[in-house]
Amino acid sequence: MSSIFEYNGSALVAMVGKNCFAIASDRRLGVQLQTIATDFQRIFKIHHKLFIALSGLATDAQTLYQRLVFRHKLYQLREERDMKPETFASLVSALLYEKRFGPYFCQPVIAGLGDEDKPFICTMDAIGAKELAKDFVVAGTASESLYGACESMFKPDMEPEELFETISQALLASVDRDCLSGWGGHVYVVTPTEVKERILKGRMD
Amino acid sequence: MKLDTTGLESLPTLIAPQNDVVGDLSAAPSFDLPNSNDFDGFVKEAIQMVKPAKGTTTLAFIFKEGVMVAADSRASMGGYISSQSVKKIIEINPYMLGTMAGGAADCQFWHRNLGIKCRLHELANKRRISVTGASKLLANILYSYRGMGLSVGTMIAGWDETGPGLYYVDSEGGRLKGTRFSVGSGSPYAYGVLDNGYRYDLSVEEAAELARRAIYHATFRDGASGGVASVYYVGPNGWKKLSGDDVGELHYHYYPVTPSTVEQEMVEATGA
Repeated sequence: MSSIFEYNGSALVAMVGKNCFAIASDRRLGVQLQTIATDFQRIFKIHHKLFIALSGLATDAQTLYQRLVFRHKLYQLREERDMKPETFASLVSALLYEKRFGPYFCQPVIAGLGDEDKPFICTMDAIGAKELAKDFVVAGTASESLYGACESMFKPDMEPEELFETISQALLASVDRDCLSGWGGHVYVVTPTEVKERILKGRMD
Repeated sequence: MKLDTTGLESLPTLIAPQNDVVGDLSAAPSFDLPNSNDFDGFVKEAIQMVKPAKGTTTLAFIFKEGVMVAADSRASMGGYISSQSVKKIIEINPYMLGTMAGGAADCQFWHRNLGIKCRLHELANKRRISVTGASKLLANILYSYRGMGLSVGTMIAGWDETGPGLYYVDSEGGRLKGTRFSVGSGSPYAYGVLDNGYRYDLSVEEAAELARRAIYHATFRDGASGGVASVYYVGPNGWKKLSGDDVGELHYHYYPVTPSTVEQEMVEATGA
């Protein structure tokens, strides 16, 4: 628990479904074991079909988000279109590696719909090593529990409703085994036509 | 090499059976010491290996009708929650309770050991041991192991001939008499609620609710506390378990969620 990545506590997960994806996080902001807030935002919308969630140190998550929004807006002005998830992942990776010897203490999770609404999810470490996945990605202090929950609950090609249920159950089950994350959940389910956002009730201990 | 603590023995050793089959129950247990040149270093390493059940919230207070004792039920190893159903209130005998904070094994073992000693005292003297006496028995044993890495933070609560009794005892050798204690990583939060709501002339129901609320608020703020908030009451007729509420449900009982319209948001995605 002495790691700076575990200072604030977090739990992130993203899953791929049939022509859709879901991304979820817990809502706790703590300082070590002390819970400071239970409405903290770790998932950020870049555009209607692209989300990034930032685990790890909260202050770095917010700074990194601001820099990403800035860079995405410059891209929109020059290219007159939104960024593809693959391109955005490369941008995040580049920004992280810029700080190779004094990194942002964040492990990002990126999820989006790309060309022809093909779902894309990926995660990377604090210095930008990309890791693409076809099924699900996890990050944060509850990542080990999340791997277990996702590994047993995930099925390929789920419809949005089932995907929401699966990701929610996986998140809530995982954070119940972690001291540093939980206190409710935040889920986005994204299909080509709509974005559904839901707040989950969870154990508040 | 054995640690000799017989000098601290408060019971006359002549009455105890001195054969190996029954074992010398009245003597303080002694343990083999590590045969190491660097004893402090060895102990330090050993502590790192047997450390679970660190985070805790326990509390106890004396009021008009007796003593109220409450605790959470979480055991954690670092950030991992290893159990949500630990019994942190230990029943020493029908009139005395002990609470558990710090090392789980240390607390369980020495409370069990204290239970044996209290029973032996009862048989030898034909009357129950006082809370003062029991807590001192424990404090003396813990003091004899001071600096060897025991981790115990406990409250001994009970009812004896003098009425309700409450002591705080820890592995550093401390022993304090008092009317209101809280021990563990969640104790600052519990004290906040407890000090605010405490009155001597509380009824049993009011005292139980105060204890439950204090534990709940501690589990909310403290990441290492949680699970079930159990509440025990010790009166003239011994202890009784009053409640054991899942904190996950208690939160929504104290703070019901009012359905709001902004919780669900639907946004039309624009075609790329």
